[in-house]
Amino acid sequence: MTMPETIRAAYVIARRDFTATVFSKTFLLFLLGPLFPILMAVMFGGIGEQIDANRKPPEVAVIAPLADYQALAAARERLSPLAGERPFVTLSHAPPTGDVERQRAALLNDDKVERIGVLDGGLERPHFTGAVAADGRTVREMTMFVDEARRMRAAAAPPPQGAPMGVTLTDSSSGSLALARKLVAHGGQAILFILTILLAGMLLSQLIEEKSNKVIEILAAAVPIDAIFLGKLFAMLAMSLIGILVWTAAGAAAIAIWASGGLSVLPPPAVGWPVFLALILIYFAMSYLLIGGVFLGIGAQATTVREVQTLSMPVTMAQVVIFGLASVGVGNPDSSEAVIAAIFPLSSPFAMIARAAEQEALWPHVAALAWQALWVALILKLASALFRRSVLKSGPAWRWPWQRKSAV
Amino acid sequence: MGESRIAAEAHELVKTFDGTRAVDGVSLSIPAGSISGILGPNGAGKTTTLRMLLGIIDPTSGTRSLLGHERPLEAAREVGYLPEERGLYPAMTVVEAIAFMGALRGLPIAAGRRRAVELLDGRGFGDWAKRPIRTLSKGMAQTVQLLGTIVHKPRLIVLDEPFAGLDAINQEKLEALIRDEAAAGTTVVFSTHVIAHAERLCERVAIIAEGRVAFEGAVDEARNRLRPIVHLRTRADDGPWRSALPATAPRIAGEWRFELPEGGPEPLLKALIDGEAGIETLSIERPGLHDAFIAIAGAAAARAMGQPVAGEEAV
Repeated sequence: MTMPETIRAAYVIARRDFTATVFSKTFLLFLLGPLFPILMAVMFGGIGEQIDANRKPPEVAVIAPLADYQALAAARERLSPLAGERPFVTLSHAPPTGDVERQRAALLNDDKVERIGVLDGGLERPHFTGAVAADGRTVREMTMFVDEARRMRAAAAPPPQGAPMGVTLTDSSSGSLALARKLVAHGGQAILFILTILLAGMLLSQLIEEKSNKVIEILAAAVPIDAIFLGKLFAMLAMSLIGILVWTAAGAAAIAIWASGGLSVLPPPAVGWPVFLALILIYFAMSYLLIGGVFLGIGAQATTVREVQTLSMPVTMAQVVIFGLASVGVGNPDSSEAVIAAIFPLSSPFAMIARAAEQEALWPHVAALAWQALWVALILKLASALFRRSVLKSGPAWRWPWQRKSAV
Repeated sequence: MGESRIAAEAHELVKTFDGTRAVDGVSLSIPAGSISGILGPNGAGKTTTLRMLLGIIDPTSGTRSLLGHERPLEAAREVGYLPEERGLYPAMTVVEAIAFMGALRGLPIAAGRRRAVELLDGRGFGDWAKRPIRTLSKGMAQTVQLLGTIVHKPRLIVLDEPFAGLDAINQEKLEALIRDEAAAGTTVVFSTHVIAHAERLCERVAIIAEGRVAFEGAVDEARNRLRPIVHLRTRADDGPWRSALPATAPRIAGEWRFELPEGGPEPLLKALIDGEAGIETLSIERPGLHDAFIAIAGAAAARAMGQPVAGEEAV
């Protein structure tokens, strides 16, 4: 059968799979899929903020003369801009009663106040007692307060109030750009990873549907097995590209509407947004064809849904490892890890999309795409042979190594 | 491709699965324009032979040709195939399912839809057109698949156990459809383990048992391999006339049953009359395909097919 005939047959199968998926109710769920994690993030973020808002910072009692306490409180106040979102521990004054040991124990065991520790000894011989980590945040904060209080006391007066520091904001700097591009690199990788993991599972399910419907026999009698294989792969690819377009458009619209500054708030990738988006699509297609081809070949070995589920686990783990390999090089695209990830065919699309975010050169992408295309052809050929062997029981049956052993 | 007198041909086809020979050197040829049957018990190798002929699987050894093509898929546009395990997409409508099967065989989808409607209307099933496959009964779904098999007007139709799962009325309709297609010049090949269908429809049969072709030829040729069977009832239990009957002829429920002797009916009749057998009834029955099948494929194969074997009580 000639290549155009194979392509025609693949188109017929792809068209069927595509329409069956896109015009099904479940496709709406697929499109809405990315909304769920966002909604969850918003929901849990809101709950987290509420919890944070309700949470009072822990208290440390200071057994010291009033002057020492006031010096510590002033030091705390002076340092408070450094505290960020999580405020410093609060301080409360406990005038010394004479028996420090007993007073300390009483303060630590007082159920009425959420007290985390006690500082005694004043500024001369400060000593902290409490149920905290020795090098933890509370101890570090208290050390800082004591040091600052001593410094202020040594200066005998508050430092002179000069003119406040002037602030000029720039759009970018080398540091901010590097950070932004790193974020874009991680984001691009995450998008590719989530999409391929999602689609690989769907591809396996489709294969099982085909097997359980017994349609595969009708297909195989009419068209070459390569056409079935390609048709299924490309139908899913087309479906996922629709998803990507919808999600990208929705995301861009959301940013344009809600983010001040609109789309310009997005950190620019090194190759620029248009090229980067095009590369995301191309690398996604490559990644999908590489991993999808492997999955389809492996999935064809399964005869039941249960077997598919069993196979899905190691396959998903393998994807995570591949993703991990590619993420190592983010931030340093010329490192040996990044180069290895770019050369290893299955991680190459992930590594290269990160490179596109961080480096301007386009020629590595041309080389990488040629390399990936070569592997796509090789893997599709191998997977197609596996598919034919197992789905149609043509030729010797595939056996796992342990099955081969037991069969002897 | 010029018109060939042979629609499909297999030469010494062998198929081995995991060291087991499912098909062991099958050779057969299907004349163009004929209705041919492939008979054999379950597991005889019928389906595997058909799958190899159609190019769904490759033979371990041997050659095949389909409508003159050594690579069967090259003839796919001119072939219709109904597999033993029926399969349709449950969510598809009837028209789409038929059109899709046509599209697989090269029929443009729009033409396929039109033709599907014609086929459905022509059989009084017009109201099925928009129904999803999942809402159809098994018999209806099978009919839809059959229409999908012929939607692209193939030159060769291959049906694997087409009567399985159909009730008597639908079996009759299917027989009519096969006759109609053959009358239009289409070659029809079907496998079955129900010999009655083959006997009613086929001009030629191939009998496959244990992966081998035990017989291939015209139905009459198969039947002529056996001598006619004489059924005789006599008033006398014994006498000189007995010498005209084979010594091993059994008498079951008062009826003698034996193969017509070489000399034919006249010497037998003369011997019976002269020997005063007192003929009550005498009939000479031409053997059916069932008897020929048993004789050719062996009683074991017949039993495997659930067919009654002479001298054994039906269970």
